[in-house]
Amino acid sequence: MSENNLPIWEVFIQPKTGAPFQHAGNLHATDEEMALQNARELYTRRQEGTCIWVVKTEHIVSSSPEDQTSFFDPADDKVYRYPTFFKVSKKVKGL
Amino acid sequence: MAKDLLYQYVLALGDDALILGQRLSQWAYKGPFLEEDIALSNISLDMFGRANLLLEYAASIKGNNATADELAFKRNEREFSNHILCEQPNGNFADTMVRQFFLDAFYKLFLQKLTNSKDEQLSGIAQKSIKETTYHLRHSSKWIIRLGDGTAESHAKVQSAIDNLWMFTNELFEINEIDKEMVKEKIGVDCSSIKSEWDKIIDDVLAEATLRRPEKTHMISGGREGIHTEHLGHLLSDMQYLQRAYPDAKW
Repeated sequence: MSENNLPIWEVFIQPKTGAPFQHAGNLHATDEEMALQNARELYTRRQEGTCIWVVKTEHIVSSSPEDQTSFFDPADDKVYRYPTFFKVSKKVKGL
Repeated sequence: MAKDLLYQYVLALGDDALILGQRLSQWAYKGPFLEEDIALSNISLDMFGRANLLLEYAASIKGNNATADELAFKRNEREFSNHILCEQPNGNFADTMVRQFFLDAFYKLFLQKLTNSKDEQLSGIAQKSIKETTYHLRHSSKWIIRLGDGTAESHAKVQSAIDNLWMFTNELFEINEIDKEMVKEKIGVDCSSIKSEWDKIIDDVLAEATLRRPEKTHMISGGREGIHTEHLGHLLSDMQYLQRAYPDAKW
């Protein structure tokens, strides 16, 4: 089996229950089950996660470098979008 | 109960794990692609971990300062009591997966029963191992289905592996005098009692994989009594080389 024939999958790991999934990396696999198993082998051997998502890389829609100006620059003078004007109680966890 | 029987019982289980682990480790850096290479190495390490626990336990039963390393590296072929299936060569990827699938299905059922052992060490080792084996079986059975229901070539290769290895499967369910004694003491597992469940796991996967179960064929056994195929000696000469050439060498 040639590696060139195998689709690439992106792997997302949830570090603990309720936490957001984080991109861990990618891998080769022929099908969903193999992608999950390989993700387990490659990215969660040391108890890094409680749940794994895999998605074919071709199914990810990405913004392109050319979009960078129109997508992100308009935010740079809108400081009021940051929630930093509020005082956060020290008792609040997980922010 | 004779201490020696428990020793031999634990030793045989340790030998199964050790020899299978050694076989799987021979795939390291030669796997069909990177991810599968790592998967095979991980399964190999699981087997070595299990072998270590069992051989350490065996050494402690034996006493006289025996060690797990001594048992692994300083016994001869005829003193190994692993099932013959464990020592069969890796062959092509289908050969390895079929060997693994037959054994994983067996270990899943065997370890489930062993968790009820009156012997706390064995029951503990079984509880730890069953989680690994559940994953191993998932891995190997999915490969059997992929290869069987894959291309004409992969189908032919996996069917031929099944036909070639089938003769070693009956040994898994044989009961010798040691087994009988261990079952009587509620320490060991009556392997003959898990044969029908094993058949069902195998038949279900083979059906999904569009593969054929071999007709009744001549069955080979003897591993538990130290009678092995010619392959074990070669495996041991490789595995034991360092300790034989440089006795008691340390890292």
